[in-house]
Amino acid sequence: MSKKESTFLNMIISLFVITIIAGVSLGFINDLTKGPIAKAKLERKVNAIKQVLPEFNNNPAEQVKLIKSDMAKDSIEIYTGMMDLMSIGTAVIGYSEKGYSGLVKIMVGFNPDGSIKNIVVLEQKETPGLGTKMKGEKFMRQFRGEKPSEFNLKPEKDGGDIDAIAGATISSRAFGEATQMAYDVFVETTQSKN
Amino acid sequence: MAEKLTQKENFLKGIIKDNPVFVMLLGMCPTLGVTSSAFNGLGMGVATLFVLLMSNIVVSLIKSQIPSKVRIPAFIIIIASFVTIVEMVLEAYIPFLFEQLGIFIPLIVVNCLILGRAEAFASKNHLWSSIVDALGMGIGFTIALTLLGAVREILGSGSLFDFRFVSEDANTLLLFILPPGAFIALAYLSVLFKKVSKTN
Repeated sequence: MSKKESTFLNMIISLFVITIIAGVSLGFINDLTKGPIAKAKLERKVNAIKQVLPEFNNNPAEQVKLIKSDMAKDSIEIYTGMMDLMSIGTAVIGYSEKGYSGLVKIMVGFNPDGSIKNIVVLEQKETPGLGTKMKGEKFMRQFRGEKPSEFNLKPEKDGGDIDAIAGATISSRAFGEATQMAYDVFVETTQSKN
Repeated sequence: MAEKLTQKENFLKGIIKDNPVFVMLLGMCPTLGVTSSAFNGLGMGVATLFVLLMSNIVVSLIKSQIPSKVRIPAFIIIIASFVTIVEMVLEAYIPFLFEQLGIFIPLIVVNCLILGRAEAFASKNHLWSSIVDALGMGIGFTIALTLLGAVREILGSGSLFDFRFVSEDANTLLLFILPPGAFIALAYLSVLFKKVSKTN
């Protein structure tokens, strides 16, 4: 087996050829998967909206409104669900960076009267088995039907109304903060409409 | 040395005698990081198996064309390309697993198991032996990760492959889901593995 010698030219040529081939094949695969990746992302969003809003027959994912708020660094996404042109609820993205391992991102669905319809966790890196229980029914249940104007979105430890997850007060606090942000943005937009 | 092995021995060595996790202790970062459930371990194992197989094939095919002074950068480019392909394909078709594995997919690039096999085996052996070697090592790695994930999931969450056999409120040994539990479970499994493989 003749091995190529390590001359300067040989090294340059072989690395050059390898990178070119790698680059071309990556570009090709990227083109191939771009469509499905975008579709998968949209699907996740639509699924989340379906879970937090009552039945709608418009396409909220395509009628996204971006609201710039003082409370958030990035603009907040708002989706309005419509049934026969009547607004039946609003889904707002809220997040907090004070989770146990950083970002906690959720989607909160509000009924037109401002009460919470449902909440879905979009992104979190909390401790598996502890903070991840925020996705569980037991924790989520307490928010449904509550109006954040009357329901203090802080753990009981901080004088609020949230029954925190045992062993995961920080995660619960971040969850409450994210919900609060979503609610504040929701209030802001509904008031500006009137 | 390696040439004397039959293909069967070549295949089995990756699973038992030279098991990458329990015996050679290679690729510890994903091993400890993602195995909080059996499914995650399995997913990571299969992704690694794919990258290992492809890189072994390519390295073995072009080994005579790579000047030895630049072989490591060449291997890394090949491995990184396949990892990126895996990442894009997972995101497109199995977004659920992509989210679960997160940062650990790009980190397959620096999994020393893959570079180790490219350097120690594929760059010195024929295509067919390299494929068998990659399959053996990859399957050994997958089995080890799944096993570790299963032990941690059973003890830590009281479930296996997301099938729950205790109620959500039951007190499970949370320690095993957390990072220290990974080390403890790995240590005991290694000892057990050694004991079992010796008696055989």
